[in-house]
Amino acid sequence: MANELEIRNLHARIVDGEAILKGVNLVVPKGQIHAVMGPNGAGKSTLGKVIAGDPGYEVTQGDILVDGESILELGPDERARKGLFLAFQYPVEVPGVSNANFLRLALQAKRGEEVSVSEFYAKLQKALETLEWDESILTRYLNDGFSGGEKKRNEIMHMMVLEPTYAILDETDSGLDIDALKLVAKGVNAMRGPNFGALLITHYQRILNYIVPDAVHVMIDGRIVTSGGPELAMKLEEQGYDWVKELAVAN
Amino acid sequence: MSENILVEDIGNEYKYGFVDEVKPVWKAEKGLSRRVVEAISYHKEEPAWMLQFRLKALEIYQAKPVPTWGADLSGLNMDEIYFYAKPTEKRDAQSWEEVPEAIRRTYERLGIPEAERRVLAGVGAQYDSEMVYHQVREELKRQGVIFVSIEEGLRQYEDLFREYFATVVPPEDNKYAALNSAVWSGGSFVYVPKGVKVELPLQAYFRVNTAELGQFERTLIIVDEGAEVHYIEGCTAPVYTTDSFHSGVIEIVVNQGARSRYTTIQNWPHNMYNLVTQRAIVKKDAYHMWLDGNLGSKVTMKYPSSYLVEEGARSDILSIAFANTGQHQDAGGKLIFAASHTGGSVVSKSISKGSGRSSYRGLIKVYEGAKHVKVNVECDALLINEESRTDTYPYMEIEDDTATVGHEATVSRLNDEQIFYLQSRGLPEDEAAALIVRGFIEPVAKELPLEYAVELNRLIELEMEGSVG
Ligand SMILES: Nc1ncnc2c1ncn2[C@@H]1O[C@H](COP(=O)(O)OP(=O)(O)O)[C@@H](O)[C@H]1O
Ligand SMILES: [Mg+2]
Repeated sequence: MANELEIRNLHARIVDGEAILKGVNLVVPKGQIHAVMGPNGAGKSTLGKVIAGDPGYEVTQGDILVDGESILELGPDERARKGLFLAFQYPVEVPGVSNANFLRLALQAKRGEEVSVSEFYAKLQKALETLEWDESILTRYLNDGFSGGEKKRNEIMHMMVLEPTYAILDETDSGLDIDALKLVAKGVNAMRGPNFGALLITHYQRILNYIVPDAVHVMIDGRIVTSGGPELAMKLEEQGYDWVKELAVAN
Repeated sequence: MSENILVEDIGNEYKYGFVDEVKPVWKAEKGLSRRVVEAISYHKEEPAWMLQFRLKALEIYQAKPVPTWGADLSGLNMDEIYFYAKPTEKRDAQSWEEVPEAIRRTYERLGIPEAERRVLAGVGAQYDSEMVYHQVREELKRQGVIFVSIEEGLRQYEDLFREYFATVVPPEDNKYAALNSAVWSGGSFVYVPKGVKVELPLQAYFRVNTAELGQFERTLIIVDEGAEVHYIEGCTAPVYTTDSFHSGVIEIVVNQGARSRYTTIQNWPHNMYNLVTQRAIVKKDAYHMWLDGNLGSKVTMKYPSSYLVEEGARSDILSIAFANTGQHQDAGGKLIFAASHTGGSVVSKSISKGSGRSSYRGLIKVYEGAKHVKVNVECDALLINEESRTDTYPYMEIEDDTATVGHEATVSRLNDEQIFYLQSRGLPEDEAAALIVRGFIEPVAKELPLEYAVELNRLIELEMEGSVG
């Protein structure tokens, strides 16, 4: 059995709309963290949402495989139960629903069984400690009135409690000050290990100083146009995206 | 008669839809007439003044036209309704052992005796037209708290009863208040003496078992100076193929400095016409809260009202309505300010699902000369499906320009992004939708005692099954 998240020649479009992903190929082996970089509008968030099963998009060609199994026919909740997790670029506010209560429901849904309050609380405590956060965030309504930074940190907390096998983090770094960025990175690094793989979508190289990726891929106009090691991110930081865009046109 | 009526198969949608093997000991003939009203009065061994009151109310009822400004009532046929069914000879049993076994089993199935032991100060249980059980904790009795059926209230405390009865909701008020005044049966009589604080709620439970029976309970609550009480009402009925009818009248008097709360979680089967008049008179520095949860029924018309008649009186009306396919919830509230430095709020949350329709209908009235009234109205509607419907009728009659009046209304649709977000964390679509709905009503639901909040959440989940996609 393949121990990886594989995106194979993925084409996707907005339901009844334009094509956004135009043949994405990507393999994230378990135990590794890969970065996907690219200019605004390249299709990075769309890739994350399509992997997570957003019904607003339809896959027109290609496949998504988790550990060798296609997940295309599965709903978003079933994909979560297969071990996928998407930290949203724009986490959604759900007024009236307590952050912790929701998270416990999600954990129970994922496991398909009741999770005791004590076990759940222990997991929360651990996540909060890593993220250097206090408990008041638990009783607030889910993302409701959270600052941008709180929303991002909360996504990481959800990830730490739900313990996915493959996480896609969509610009979790953007809009964070340096201290918050370090905490988020601490959370991701705490997850690192042989049973965890991640796709780190980012616009900037900055976070890669704290989460060192095993590989960096560059996405332009719905395709991965080049891949490399951490040094590729440095090059993008220094030279911008123009040279890769030219590369994309040349392809 | 009732044996011939088929029980509709609606599966697990309405879990209280079971029919009990109980036959009434006496049942009036079908339809509404002077003879039926006299028979009800006779069976209750009432004083002559009450029979006169009933007969006069019948005339008022007959003179008033069916209201056409609200929900469609054209399907309601009074000739097809029984107006009185007596479940047993013994009213107001004080122990469950004295309640006929088949009826007792129903209440056990509904969890009432257990809740009574754990979290309630007293329970009244109405079965068809009569209260079959009524009990309040001993220490409250010793403090002079009265919690009996309305019939026993009239029989044992006639002077007190007569002083207040029909003063809050007179028969002339509306057609269905007149109807209730003519045929009322069952309901509670509550008196909380000066300064007595009833910590746990009193609960009344209404069960209609006989097919085609109308239920017309009448409740009178008097909270004397500085006293406190929380009264909760819940209702269920079996599901029959024919429409049923419920038309209650609730009168509450909140005397100086007193605090009261009236909570309703109505969960009627989907073929019930539910037309209720609930009103409170709130006196100096007193407070009253209506918390009104309307689920189920075919048509509900219900606008709990508070009359703030003396300085410093305050009242909040919190309501939740859930209109599923084939249902119209026409609900809201009225706050009438007739004194200075009074205040209050209306918070209404409605959910419409499938072809369900919910209407918010509210009145805020500030009389001229009522100075510095503060009132706020917030009504939020959530639509689950494309064909779901909502409308608002917020009437404002502000005669005094010192009043501060806030009004906010929102209509939203079940949000796909929220659903996807919750689903992506592992919740199935139905559960995600139910959770969003629970979040939507949370500002009201959080005011409920825990047991009721849990029950309400469960009911919402049942209503939301198979709702999306
Ligand atoms: N649901 C949508 N509706 C309309 N346009 C969309 C939608 N999703 C993505 N797009 C468009 O597709 C392109 C890629 O978007 P996105 O995946 O968000 O890019 P990135 O995350 O790389 O900035 C953009 O031009 C964006 O406007
Ligand atoms: Mg993006």
